[in-house]
Amino acid sequence: MNTIKTKNTLPEAVITPSRFRNPIGKYIVKRNSRCTGCGLCAELCPYGVHIKPEGYSKPLPPRLERCIGTACEGSDFCCVNRCPNQALSVSLNPTLETMGDYRWTPEMIIGHWHMAETGEIPDVELEYSLGSSGGGFDKMRFRIPNPADYLDISDEDIDTSLNLNRRGDGRPNKVLSLPCYGGGMSFGSTALSVIVGRARAAKRLNTMTCTGEGGYPPEFLPYAEHVITQVATGLFGVREETIQHAPVVEFKYAQGAKPGLGGHLLGDKVTPEVAAMRETVVGSSLFSPFPFHSVYSVEDHKKHLDWIKEINPRALISVKVSTPSDVDMVAVGSYYAGAHIIHFDGSYGGTGAAPDIAKKNIAMPIEYAIPRIQRFLKDEGIRDQVCLIASGGMRNAMDVAKAIALGADGVVIGTADLVALDCIRCGKCESGRGCARGIASTDTELGHMITEEYAEQRIVNMYLAWRKQWCQLLRQYGLGSMKELVGRSDLLVNMDYLDEAERAAYPEAPMNKLVI
Amino acid sequence: MPKKYHIETKDSPPRFPAVGKFATVEFREDCAGSCRQCVKKKCVYNVFKDSYQHVITMDEPEFLYICQSCFRCVQECTKGIFSRVINPEYTLMGDEYWQPEIINQTWFQAHTGRIPVSGAGYRGLFSGAGFDAMWTDMSEIVRPTRDGIHGREYIGTSIELSRKPMRLTFDEKGNLPESLPEIVEIPLPVLLQPPAFGVLSEKELLAMAGAAQKLHTMMLIDAGSYSSAFAGFDGTMVPRLEANNYKKYIDIICRSKMVELADSPGIEREFAVLRGFKPGLLIGVGLPLDSTVAFRAFELTGAGADVLHFYADDNGREIGSSNRTLRDMIREIHRKLVEARMRPTVNLLFSGGIAMAEHMAKAIICGADGVVVDIPMLIALECRLCGRCKRGESCPIVIGEIDVNWGSQRIVNLIGAWHNQLLEVMGACGIREVRRLRGEVGRALFLEDLERESFAPIFGQRKVSCE
Repeated sequence: MNTIKTKNTLPEAVITPSRFRNPIGKYIVKRNSRCTGCGLCAELCPYGVHIKPEGYSKPLPPRLERCIGTACEGSDFCCVNRCPNQALSVSLNPTLETMGDYRWTPEMIIGHWHMAETGEIPDVELEYSLGSSGGGFDKMRFRIPNPADYLDISDEDIDTSLNLNRRGDGRPNKVLSLPCYGGGMSFGSTALSVIVGRARAAKRLNTMTCTGEGGYPPEFLPYAEHVITQVATGLFGVREETIQHAPVVEFKYAQGAKPGLGGHLLGDKVTPEVAAMRETVVGSSLFSPFPFHSVYSVEDHKKHLDWIKEINPRALISVKVSTPSDVDMVAVGSYYAGAHIIHFDGSYGGTGAAPDIAKKNIAMPIEYAIPRIQRFLKDEGIRDQVCLIASGGMRNAMDVAKAIALGADGVVIGTADLVALDCIRCGKCESGRGCARGIASTDTELGHMITEEYAEQRIVNMYLAWRKQWCQLLRQYGLGSMKELVGRSDLLVNMDYLDEAERAAYPEAPMNKLVI
Repeated sequence: MPKKYHIETKDSPPRFPAVGKFATVEFREDCAGSCRQCVKKKCVYNVFKDSYQHVITMDEPEFLYICQSCFRCVQECTKGIFSRVINPEYTLMGDEYWQPEIINQTWFQAHTGRIPVSGAGYRGLFSGAGFDAMWTDMSEIVRPTRDGIHGREYIGTSIELSRKPMRLTFDEKGNLPESLPEIVEIPLPVLLQPPAFGVLSEKELLAMAGAAQKLHTMMLIDAGSYSSAFAGFDGTMVPRLEANNYKKYIDIICRSKMVELADSPGIEREFAVLRGFKPGLLIGVGLPLDSTVAFRAFELTGAGADVLHFYADDNGREIGSSNRTLRDMIREIHRKLVEARMRPTVNLLFSGGIAMAEHMAKAIICGADGVVVDIPMLIALECRLCGRCKRGESCPIVIGEIDVNWGSQRIVNLIGAWHNQLLEVMGACGIREVRRLRGEVGRALFLEDLERESFAPIFGQRKVSCE
């Protein structure tokens, strides 16, 4: 048995508040002018909404993101009822209706901010596991568990590791401590401190991150064992040494958000630093071709893989493809070409810039692709020899678990990492100076709003909170390891496949009409 | 090298500030006053500077068209006085089908001629009715053009409007007969027609006709709407006629390349009369998309129509009680003609509910040759689909008074952006010819099929209909 004890190897969560002074919470707490500054609220609130530092005449503005709303009504610490001057009021925050979208609902965003701040599952009642998209993962639930199956072990004893090499071809078996790793984000599309912060988090969590198609900044070198070098069609920054640094080399054939189209970095974001890294011209848009000019067949594809294997004899090879209608054949072809990891990126995945028509319409959502590939690889008798990775629209810990139950070994995460860094999903990563919140920008001002330490700790915190959710889930079904969940689609139900009476037993996903 | 089809787009800003999605609410009584950190001055998008200018000229209320909702003002104001709301006027635009987002994106395309591009992943619903219940395929390796955005001009988007003979016949010497029917092509699978509602002034109609001419496509228009102003557009305009009135318009018919007859019982008999007025005249028949339409399509194809144009309702639904979607109706008609071995002879156009570029691509995959665009042209001219004109009230953007050239350019920009998006979809599919895309359902993924193939083995019987 290949069980890796994670005991004592988990990094520590450190409270890391948002970079922005006015937090956004599900509730608004208002303090009116009747407040005399008695400080009772600060003494009462166990969640730390009210803070009155020593020597201050009045409490600080309330920490809205910590307020659990009306849920504490009736308790003896309810600030609204206990305030001697009736100076406090709590209401739902109407600003939420202007945030988020059907896939990343406002509550999901706020929930992830909370996880990134504290490393804990939110106290506030937030639906952070289900979106309002009305399909796919948002229709799936884990079956109601049988209490007799409960496995009473601690989080430390639960194995959430992922083996990347199942081929037994003599190359090292890289084992990650989490069933997920970071998706490619290039220098250029994203601020340097963000991608280095992700690499630092990957090292602490013993997982990996990926360079994306933007070259290999020297800042990655201290974390080289946790950085995947991506070889994409533009071949930006691909050199012999960047292949040799990497424990895993990823061939990107296609990306889920823009399948069949090349990478796309608009001219505004090609700053002198980015241009130098990619060996291109400042201010000139970079369109990667599609696909590899040298790959016309599975044989050509094998030649590519052999080439990398020759340059780096210890590297594992990942093949990242999108989800066409013949997704199962692509999986088999990649296996026979010698890939260790087959990575499918579904059509609702993230991107720094893509035509809206492509994001919505081209290729298959990953929820449909995983069971197909799983079945096909099993029938072919090769399922045990590949590491099957899914990505593209996996937003939260439960999406990851659902993908694994459908048949993936692990998952690649991109957007959630950025949400941990205060991304609000406004979708303006690509134009002008880039992200106004300093995440997806290399602008001289905006590209320096985040420190590496901040990025590292927020991401570490979020994954620690995710791990807690996975452990809760696995225990309920008597599973001691994430590997035991792989392909357990019998643990899932789909709301559209249940009778009305059966459906009532499961939580409804929020179905708010949003303005997007 | 053959001349390549290129649509010349040009920035054409709106005449009125567009209805923005967001508005800020400020609790000014809490403002610190002369704060040096004021977030309004620091806005990355300069939203407040621009909207301040609107206030000076007393143009419009302070609704934020260019605000991208980054929330930095909300989150960074030292006194926390900002809050953000959705502009109520924005949500009132359009209806369930023509959603504000579609209107907003159409404005953007008409303004810039560019494809809407954004960052982060898809934001919408997982699937929906009709065209939203299908995805187009991508091809991992096989490419028509092998160079990303470069070389896409080699993807052909021309379609024919003329009837095609099923086979060529040769005389006893092995030569083709001299009088082969002329092939009439348009360079993109889009025709235009004025919508059935709205303030449709001559200026607007001229803008639409001008756009059709620049795009080298055609515009359908009621023969009764012709005036001397349209004299320069003979090859572009397709008069819509009825069995009982067409004889009044013989001069218009003789100037036109194609006409469209409204379907009525026995309309087939008029084909020969019309071709008698002008040999080689293309004859289209306009049919309401109702439950009997597939059989009627079969009859009219047999009778020798060049083009069949099906009118769905404005929301892309079947006319009548069963209310099926355009997606299913196109597939039914296409399949019926394929089974009758007639499909290659005739050309099928669909209109009604074609709201976005993706609808064009998906209609073709389902079996259409092309689509006819109506309401999006009106939106390109800044229409807000507020419905005031339907109630006899004045138009908030005085759409009847537009400058004709500006209007044409806005429509050209929109269709240019659609054309580019069609190339994106075809490029991803690995298809080089839009005529090859027609009915190519193997290059599409349908919700029902995916649910059945991927989910049914896991979850069993579906209890909720896919729509």
